[in-house]
Amino acid sequence: MRDVAIIGAGCTKFGEMWDRSFRDIVVEAGTLAVEDAKLSGEEIEAMYVGNMSGGQFVNQEHIGSLVADFAGFASTMHIPSTRVEAACASGGLALRSAVMAVASGYHDVVVAAGVEKMTDVETGVTVDALASAADREWEGFMGATFPALYAMVARLHMHRYGTTRDQLAQVAVKNHHNAMGNPRAQFRNEITLDTVKNASMVADPLTLFDCSPITDGAAAVIVVPADQAKKYTDTPVYVLGAGQATDTISLHNRADFCTFGASVAAGKRAYEMAKVTPKDIDLCEVHDCFTIAEIVAIEDLGFFKKGQGGPATLAGETAMGGKIPINTSGGLKACGHPVGATGIKQAVECVEQLRGTAGKRQVAGAKIAMTHNVGGTGGTAVCHIFSNERRK
Amino acid sequence: MGVPRFWREIPARYNLIGSKCETCGNYYFPPRHFCPECRRQGKMTEYQFKGTGEVVTYSTIYTPGDSWIGGKPYVLAIVRLDEGPCMTTQVICEPAEAAIGMRVRRVFRKISEDGDKGMIHYGTKFVPDRA
Repeated sequence: MRDVAIIGAGCTKFGEMWDRSFRDIVVEAGTLAVEDAKLSGEEIEAMYVGNMSGGQFVNQEHIGSLVADFAGFASTMHIPSTRVEAACASGGLALRSAVMAVASGYHDVVVAAGVEKMTDVETGVTVDALASAADREWEGFMGATFPALYAMVARLHMHRYGTTRDQLAQVAVKNHHNAMGNPRAQFRNEITLDTVKNASMVADPLTLFDCSPITDGAAAVIVVPADQAKKYTDTPVYVLGAGQATDTISLHNRADFCTFGASVAAGKRAYEMAKVTPKDIDLCEVHDCFTIAEIVAIEDLGFFKKGQGGPATLAGETAMGGKIPINTSGGLKACGHPVGATGIKQAVECVEQLRGTAGKRQVAGAKIAMTHNVGGTGGTAVCHIFSNERRK
Repeated sequence: MGVPRFWREIPARYNLIGSKCETCGNYYFPPRHFCPECRRQGKMTEYQFKGTGEVVTYSTIYTPGDSWIGGKPYVLAIVRLDEGPCMTTQVICEPAEAAIGMRVRRVFRKISEDGDKGMIHYGTKFVPDRA
């Protein structure tokens, strides 16, 4: 198996982009990545596109062909282009698919992209579409919405570990603060604990400000064999580890609702492949689709003991300059959550941090960065570990 | 939801028919063909749950999706059936009454409907078991 490196990264602005279409934003992200890698485009051999639900959000399937077509890779080059779907982990999975294609020796220059266009339908349709990441027959049919499933995780976490309303709210406060330094973020405004606690209730105990927003956006990275990376760039970012795991699709079928088994397994596999431990990670982009999700994630990935995620967050240990900065991009909460694009955006953030080009949100001296991308309520998890130094 | 898609799940939706693995003794709801513990060594049989259990966790939902027809807010819960498995369901009670550990029992109720002219979907909800 060959080592793999990222040589280019691109990401659109995240937000409500009423003047831009699905194909517009994914082509923009891909173009930014190609230009960043200083490719002409003709080197590209294959493409993986993470997309959760073009079918429900824009009534469009056959995403692989559509994206290759409008990126200019279909009509003459006829490159293989594959749509990858694992709900909100589609982007992370597209990256893992691209990494495996290069690691195996099957291809040399591969694009991993992610895209979601969520604002072309009314909010109620979006709520129903997102609910299809859960078990439609035995969660959705029974009246479950996505916020409600995470709210039930939050309720039990608070009951069992004493996690507080303020600790949850601090996740949103911190991520909004981080997003102030990210020109691509959907929300670039400071909020307070009271903003979160006084917002309208979505699914008790989660308010509107505990929830990631509905977002349009796309992101792309270009991966090549590590041995060839220096041919394209002086600042490659190496993929040290990649882990993917599943759990039951329904939250109710888990042995424990306060831990996501798929996150634990995907993290462990990524750590083992990278030969690092949680202590070695300089920053991590975790899947904070809801505030409780960030607290569960930082525990499941081994940064804090189970039950200590809330107190650590309120104490500032996950803020910039803390023990382990979490979601320097602003996370899903404040940077935005175009579901299929999120996993790739997380990788783009790590690339910029490891190149030292993250501007106001730069983690000084960052050497190892990690991503954690979750589908549904943890039915899928994908973790990647990156470094600006090649594996020893 | 098309008629066949709803109709074929009626035994489980109306009467809580799930599965029991005769090899390991585990119960499953909804029904499964394979026991995740025993896989090919498992022997799955139909089992009707008693329909009593307790609330493991819950949430009050204020913003349902477009397909929601009921009143709001409403209480959603994960209920652990007395035989062991958990299910996601609605608990018919005041939001302030819902609590972790609350005993509940099943009732037959309307869940949703397919617009003005479509099927009415019935199924199982739970109510506080005050007995």
